[in-house]
Amino acid sequence: MNYNWNWGIFFEQSPEGTGSYADMLLSGLVWTIVTALCAWVIAFAVGSVIGVLRTLPSRAAQAIGNAYVELFRNIPLLVQMFLWYFVLPEMLPESWGTWLKQLPNAPFYTAVVCLGFFTASRVAEQVRAGIQALPRGQRMAGTALGLTTAQTYRYVLLPNAYRIILPPLTSEFLNNLKNTSVALTIGLLELTARARAMQEFSFQVFEAFTAATIIYIVINLLVVAVAGLIERRVAVPGR
Amino acid sequence: MTSSAMPPVSPVPEPQAAAAAAPATGPVGTLLTERPPVAATSGPMIAIDGVSKWYGDFQVLTNCTTSVTKGEVVVVCGPSGSGKSTLIKCVNALEPFQKGQITVDGTQIANKKTNLPKLRSRVGMVFQHFELFPHLSITDNLSLAQRKVLGRSKDEAQAKGLALLERVGLKAHAHKFPGQLSGGQQQRVAIARALAMNPIVMLFDEPTSALDPEMVGEVLDVMVELAREGMTMMVVTHEMGFARKVANRVIFMDKGEIVEDAQKEEFFGSPRSERAQTFLSRILQH
Ligand SMILES: Nc1ncnc2c1ncn2[C@@H]1O[C@H](COP(=O)(O)OP(=O)(O)OP(=O)(O)O)[C@@H](O)[C@H]1O
Ligand SMILES: [Mg+2]
Repeated sequence: MNYNWNWGIFFEQSPEGTGSYADMLLSGLVWTIVTALCAWVIAFAVGSVIGVLRTLPSRAAQAIGNAYVELFRNIPLLVQMFLWYFVLPEMLPESWGTWLKQLPNAPFYTAVVCLGFFTASRVAEQVRAGIQALPRGQRMAGTALGLTTAQTYRYVLLPNAYRIILPPLTSEFLNNLKNTSVALTIGLLELTARARAMQEFSFQVFEAFTAATIIYIVINLLVVAVAGLIERRVAVPGR
Repeated sequence: MTSSAMPPVSPVPEPQAAAAAAPATGPVGTLLTERPPVAATSGPMIAIDGVSKWYGDFQVLTNCTTSVTKGEVVVVCGPSGSGKSTLIKCVNALEPFQKGQITVDGTQIANKKTNLPKLRSRVGMVFQHFELFPHLSITDNLSLAQRKVLGRSKDEAQAKGLALLERVGLKAHAHKFPGQLSGGQQQRVAIARALAMNPIVMLFDEPTSALDPEMVGEVLDVMVELAREGMTMMVVTHEMGFARKVANRVIFMDKGEIVEDAQKEEFFGSPRSERAQTFLSRILQH
């Protein structure tokens, strides 16, 4: 193999004129993190609601929850990205569609919404499993004390369910973080996109992707460490 | 069962005196609290009238009729699967039923207009498996519903909770979590949690059957005391010692039916039905 290794490449100016290649990768990292965090806010909120719906006694609520999960879980993320970015603006009334297409940072907003709703289906599945793993008597005890259904969820069922599902939720967060890279297909300048750009400008493919790989691993390990801290923090004494 | 497991307490007051003398946060000297006597209902506290219930095709309860008057202690017994838990859960509408009527303190529970959370907050319930909330400290277990349902302030709820904990001999454990207590201690906390709501009636579903034998006594002691203070109680249990000591009436169920509903003396003296006789001889052998 005839390859010119050049680890100094990171400190050379990128042709974009906005700093070195290292700066380019770092700006990609920032977009990756911001996209992942915003998408997670949606995923956690929507996923919790959908997960709860699936555990309510009401058949209608369960059906809505199930439909959501099956819809968002069974379409490939890449296809969902395209649907939100290319198809949705065409299906809306024309003025709305135009407004959407002209939004500054449209790829970012689209990626956040798409990833948020996609990951929500996976969070919902965990929340449902967590609630159903609790003893049936817990719901009864809350109800018997006079708590409403909403209060029983808020003060009894969810705090316990979240504790149980913290490890799988951490995995979902990591998936969510890594899935941001799919958004490069709609033009989000996140870490993977920046690594590819670096490769194209400099032809240093190995350096570019080695750096991206290491960055992904490091932030994922950081997430795992933080999740461990949270887990210890919320651990229930005596269990 | 003696009162030896209980902490030293002042002599048990007369029920009426206890009800009248109690200040708003509940006294330390009594388990019973100051829920004002409900006016204009001279009828029974719980009236179960012709209740039937099905799970699909399977009939769990068949035309059950009985009642519990104020201050009465009624023990419900019967073989496993006879519908005891189901019946008691129907009383505070934890289980729906398809036929008949249940009224609690004059309120029809199957009436669509009934505010069920409010009604349930007046009916204390103690479960076989305690069902304390594992993520909350004992203090918070006792405070949660007081604050969220009755709207008491944090201080008020905690003071009330502490007073009741002291009564069940667990004040020193207030800061702990359920997982750090023994089964008997957890069940006493669960009783205190129900009492913190100032219930007008208490339901118990086999409160001692998940306990190691050496812990049964401490829980029964609390229940005996509660009964002697005049609490209206409906108790599913096989502890016939408890029944002999404090029950007014004993109900025997079999296959979803109330087979026998008699004064205690009558029930233990000469049960009329053969099924009750067999059941009694079987559980009293041990
Ligand atoms: N959710 C349910 N679906 C179907 N059948 C049920 C359900 N809950 C209870 N049953 C059945 O109803 C019958 C009465 O149950 P229940 O729990 O009231 O009995 P029990 O007298 O309390 O018995 P045990 O002494 O074992 O607690 C049993 O045959 C039980 O299998
Ligand atoms: Mg039972």
